[in-house]
Amino acid sequence: MREKTKIDVGEAVGIVAAQSIGEPGTQMTMRTFHYAGVAEQVPTGLPRLIELVDARKEPKKPFMDVYMLGENTEAAARELAQQIERTKLDSVAQIEENFLDKKIEVTLDTKELELIKLTPEDVKKKIKAATSGSLDLKDNVITIKPGTTSLRNIRRFTSKLRLLHLKGIEKIKRALVLKGKDGKYFIRTDGSNMAAMLKQPGVDTQHVYTNDVKEVERVLGIEAARVCLVREIKQVLDMQGLTVDVRHCMLLADAMTMDGDVKSIGRHGLSGEKAGVLARAAFEETIKHLIKASTSGEEDKLIGVTENIIVGQTVPVGTGLVRLKMKLG
Amino acid sequence: MAKIKRKKKKMSKPVGQQKCSVYINGRFIGFCESGSALVSELKEKRRSGVLSPEANFYYNSQTDDVYINTDSGRARRPYIVVENGQSKLTTALLSQLKGGETTWGKLVKLGVIEYLDAEEEESALVALKEEDLTPEHTHLEIDPVSIMGVTVSVLPYPEYNSSPRVTMACAMAKQSLGTYSTNFNLRTDSRAHIMLYPQQPLVQTRPYSILKFSERAAGQNFVVAITSMHGYNLSDALVMNRNSVQRGLGRSVFYKTHESEERKYPGGQKDKFEIPPATTSGYREEKAYRHLGEDGIVVPESTVNSRDVIVGKTSPPRFLEEMTVFGVSEEKKRENSLAIKSGDDGVVDSVMLTDSLSGNKLVKVRMRCVKVPELGDKFASRHGQKGVVGLLLPQEDMPFTKDGIVPDLIINPHAIPSRMTSGHLLEMLGGKSVCFSGKFGDCSAFNGDKADDYIKALKENGFEEYGEEFLYDGVSGELIKSKIFVGVIYYQKLHHLVSNKMHVRSRGPVQLLTHQPTEGRAREGGLRFGEMERDCLIGYGASMLLRERLLEESDRTFELVCAKCGSIAIKDHVKNREYCPVCESTELHQVEMSYAFKLLLDEIKALHIFPRLLLKDKA
Repeated sequence: MREKTKIDVGEAVGIVAAQSIGEPGTQMTMRTFHYAGVAEQVPTGLPRLIELVDARKEPKKPFMDVYMLGENTEAAARELAQQIERTKLDSVAQIEENFLDKKIEVTLDTKELELIKLTPEDVKKKIKAATSGSLDLKDNVITIKPGTTSLRNIRRFTSKLRLLHLKGIEKIKRALVLKGKDGKYFIRTDGSNMAAMLKQPGVDTQHVYTNDVKEVERVLGIEAARVCLVREIKQVLDMQGLTVDVRHCMLLADAMTMDGDVKSIGRHGLSGEKAGVLARAAFEETIKHLIKASTSGEEDKLIGVTENIIVGQTVPVGTGLVRLKMKLG
Repeated sequence: MAKIKRKKKKMSKPVGQQKCSVYINGRFIGFCESGSALVSELKEKRRSGVLSPEANFYYNSQTDDVYINTDSGRARRPYIVVENGQSKLTTALLSQLKGGETTWGKLVKLGVIEYLDAEEEESALVALKEEDLTPEHTHLEIDPVSIMGVTVSVLPYPEYNSSPRVTMACAMAKQSLGTYSTNFNLRTDSRAHIMLYPQQPLVQTRPYSILKFSERAAGQNFVVAITSMHGYNLSDALVMNRNSVQRGLGRSVFYKTHESEERKYPGGQKDKFEIPPATTSGYREEKAYRHLGEDGIVVPESTVNSRDVIVGKTSPPRFLEEMTVFGVSEEKKRENSLAIKSGDDGVVDSVMLTDSLSGNKLVKVRMRCVKVPELGDKFASRHGQKGVVGLLLPQEDMPFTKDGIVPDLIINPHAIPSRMTSGHLLEMLGGKSVCFSGKFGDCSAFNGDKADDYIKALKENGFEEYGEEFLYDGVSGELIKSKIFVGVIYYQKLHHLVSNKMHVRSRGPVQLLTHQPTEGRAREGGLRFGEMERDCLIGYGASMLLRERLLEESDRTFELVCAKCGSIAIKDHVKNREYCPVCESTELHQVEMSYAFKLLLDEIKALHIFPRLLLKDKA
């Protein structure tokens, strides 16, 4: 029985997968491009699908889903979210330069500090670790006398100070506590930083998810990236109410990841690396490929479908694959 | 206009100034104290004839601006002026108008009727009917129909139909066959349709007769039944009564004009209209020239079939003959006649001889062909209900009523509910009831005849009040158990006739460059087997079929390929020798390929890239 459900040799799975994803894709274009009014919308539908297939370095809206270790309560989730969220000096203090006295005054907002559970002392330490020069904390005002005296350097110093990382994980702009369909609380973050997230104490490392495929590839490797790709593609299609068999998406993900890194589909990725000169020339940038082939004396073995159609032979697919095993004479 | 103060320098409104800015034809000219007062005074002056009736005034209360427009190119339309909820077009004035004592122009001068442009319209509150007038209204529509354009205003009961169908009905009305011009007999339009026996609709709008459409109607009144008919009227197909068609229903004439010119060539040579002598190169068979008169032009009223020549023409040869010992040999002329293409056959209606713009002799031959409705011809009612003839059913097989009425047309009931063209049903009902009175029904928008009137008339004349009839099956003679709605409705024949569109090809001409089949009906072309179709065959795994489509049925060639260097060999016809042009080897093999591929190789060579074909025995 299992043998029977296997795909036959010579079945044009690629074309079938392409048609199976492409046909519902045409309906997708028309239905959703925008959801009006909803802020912080993660791209869905066609724009997201294009993003995935193009293997962009970073998605337009990277996000992570994080679960915490231990008991699953809202309070625990908030606690963790609060730790994860990135805070910069800029957002808890007012920074002013005093060019006359060659010093910088950082006025801390105690309310904000309390919210993220930091004391002015902590901030002072952080600043100290990052900078040189004398520090002085008085009435929530940190006065810094930088080592340099040139006005330009002071300005440079302050701009560095503004972006001083105080707390949380780099790149995680926001962390929201959400309740999943299974009743469990989890944290949805704006921005993605998987490597740091896995190191964060209190995070259930088994259930860290990011929609940034390239990041998954960097952190967890190509197989994980493939699974992530399948999941993302399938999710986009499901959200549109389109029923596409997962195996088509899996084939697509396989094709994109088969060389060990995530490749886009198109000129710069898969299609640009086809074996045959003719196939590449038939796709895009015809002359570029022909000239390149001629300078290196390339040979087209006529293995693919496109090449054989161009030449006028039977394509090595389906019935065209069948050959006579025994040669006569 | 003393109130307007001229301000020269300051164009923008100063901060805190409450004064209203005034623009004439879009140019700022100054300020005034109260914009609404100014505009109402200006309007007053226009109505009393002090100012030109062509000026329009608009006060925008939101931006506190006054716009005065007097320039050309504004679309304006007339309204009856209303004051204090009273129409200024009084019954006294109306009777004067009827009696011819007053005119439209006088009414405009009197300020009874005024024209508004798009801007002034913004400030008007217009009542559709006189009964609707309230003190707030500023104007009254002259007729409710006038809110619609020419095309919609002739459509029946547009307010009963869904708006997309009204739009479609407009589009289709423009494609209907009628009498497009009364001097069509003198004209040489390249294509023209004339409807035979056109009728004006039984139910028509007032603008229909005002526009004199009734004098050049484009359609006929059909007796229509709404029922399914053995599946032959499935999804917008129509079943037509063959006998009605034979009696002349939906018949039209198609005129097509062909042209040929005696062109002049550099070197004093020119074309000549004549019956080409048998010695001309490219001479067709003698039969093709049988309709030509002595002058080489067809005789009028001769029936011409495809590939027959209608204008015999010879041209000078393309290349000059070489000198021989006996001087210049006699020039062999080239056949360049004008022949009828397949599907264009008909009767020669008229032949006209004139001069072209460049002074050459020009022949125009107008062909005529009667188009009897046939399977695939397109018809439409005036409610966006179009259909294609699916069956011409003999009258004896059509259903009939107890009175022996047989419908001309049977449409499918499924065409109605989802499209919401209730106007279609109403017109059918109206058309039927109007038959008894000998008067036309009125289906003008918003105030046409009402269904109740039609129902009453039908009842009085012994018909089922809602237009339904018991029909008898024409084949078995049995009573059909359900009631079937039968009515009379105006149908148009649209100019999409199968006979002008039908196209088949098994074998035919190919393009010179690629050796692939030509494109388009005019060139007897093939239908493109495109990329997506190709993908489907690959996806199905039908390699052999794919090769047949793309190679064997298209541009297959056999080329000799040099086994040594892999270039395509040439044949020297003089020495009868085949060899490779690059390495002069004679070790050649025949290879099957598409001509397009051979062309590709040639074009790659033109890029200074030398492609080689490495040969191998077929596995």
